[in-house]
Amino acid sequence: MIQKTVKDAKEAVADIASGAFLMMGGFGLCGIPENCIEALLEKGISDLTIVSNNAGVDDFGIGLFLKKRMVKKMISSYVGENEEFERQMLSGELEVELLPQGTLAEKIRAGGAGIPAFFTPAGVGTEVAQGKETREFDGKPYLMERSFISDFSLVKAWKGDTAGNLIYKGTARNFNPMMAAAGRITIAEVEELVPVGTLDPNQIHTPGIYVQRIFQGNKYEKRIEQRTLSV
Amino acid sequence: MLTKEQIAQRIAQEVKHGQYINLGIGIPTLVANYIPRELDVVLQSENGLLGIGPFPYESEVDADVINAGKQTITMLPGSAIFDSAESFAMIRGGHVHLTILGAMEVSEHGDIANWKVPGKMVKGMGGAMDLVASAKMIIVAMQHCSKDGHFKLLPSCTLPITGVRCVKKIVSDLAVIEIAPEGGFILKERAPGVSVEEIKSKTAGKLLILDKVPEMQFN
Repeated sequence: MIQKTVKDAKEAVADIASGAFLMMGGFGLCGIPENCIEALLEKGISDLTIVSNNAGVDDFGIGLFLKKRMVKKMISSYVGENEEFERQMLSGELEVELLPQGTLAEKIRAGGAGIPAFFTPAGVGTEVAQGKETREFDGKPYLMERSFISDFSLVKAWKGDTAGNLIYKGTARNFNPMMAAAGRITIAEVEELVPVGTLDPNQIHTPGIYVQRIFQGNKYEKRIEQRTLSV
Repeated sequence: MLTKEQIAQRIAQEVKHGQYINLGIGIPTLVANYIPRELDVVLQSENGLLGIGPFPYESEVDADVINAGKQTITMLPGSAIFDSAESFAMIRGGHVHLTILGAMEVSEHGDIANWKVPGKMVKGMGGAMDLVASAKMIIVAMQHCSKDGHFKLLPSCTLPITGVRCVKKIVSDLAVIEIAPEGGFILKERAPGVSVEEIKSKTAGKLLILDKVPEMQFN
């Protein structure tokens, strides 16, 4: 097996420079690459374009990048819960492209799958359709959306092996598998890194072919945005 | 006038046995509390789960199991997890039967606006544009008028829209309304104690009264 292991987050992100086009996994704060985020914060790079469903919260996740003005443009579907984000967006400091969540997911999936564009019904007749080709199929209008490929995709999985095979847990899977496939270089951080042969091939979600670097994260805070309980 | 819980309760009467359902954030989430136990339905969460269970007890909380509102939830026997592309494949593919979501405005043609107030609030559309473009049945849960008395049921939306001609039914704090195929709000039911005149005065779009308008029934 091809070995993909790097020592830590710092080594994994060493060649990510200002101006890079990144994809970052996660839905809200669930399944985000916490250790890569920390390592990038320490590097002090800027002008990043980031594809991520959300933009973190003010003091966690991508919100920390925003505070340090590291981001030029966010491509997301939902950006509530973040005051600094809203301030930078409304003042024009931050470029924001908002896309329907399924369109965002499919743009990433298609990118990794070698499909340059696709047609979707989402957003027809709305602001999202501006500047995009609309075409009718079987009497119904669809928008053409181009796919995405990133310079670096930063994904987070539950378990991974040294060949880069990944297994996610629960709804922390979300955007991570498609982003892994759509990265020119994909960096996977995992809660538990195991030797090859340990994971059941039947259970692999992301085959190692998509992953160039893998490491076990130092720690995971796994912050919860809305702790909601039954009483 | 109905409370939020009563709006949810009335919408729950629309749920049918065997449906796969996506519930939006806010009042739609409450609908889950009122679906009759004898109906087998499956709730879809667009962040990648079929089979949303109740909120967890403290000891069951798992940061890796949340719903689309980022709330901690549980899974049920028979639940399935999938990625976001798969989630929206099942949504766009028409496999989700019923979508219930909130709205800031609905037009008499069934256009819906719920994602942006220019210059003020831009949180994003999340999955709403995909959902309204594809679901077979779309029910909107909303307040009939805004708190300061502005109309929300309009001839055409004033806010940036989320989807075109997609809403089939509205349950507001005042009424149950269906969208006529040729345009117009068909008044089907009134909230207990609310008159047809009051609903008329609070609806800016074309209100169609085709028949007797009974009061909503709650068990």
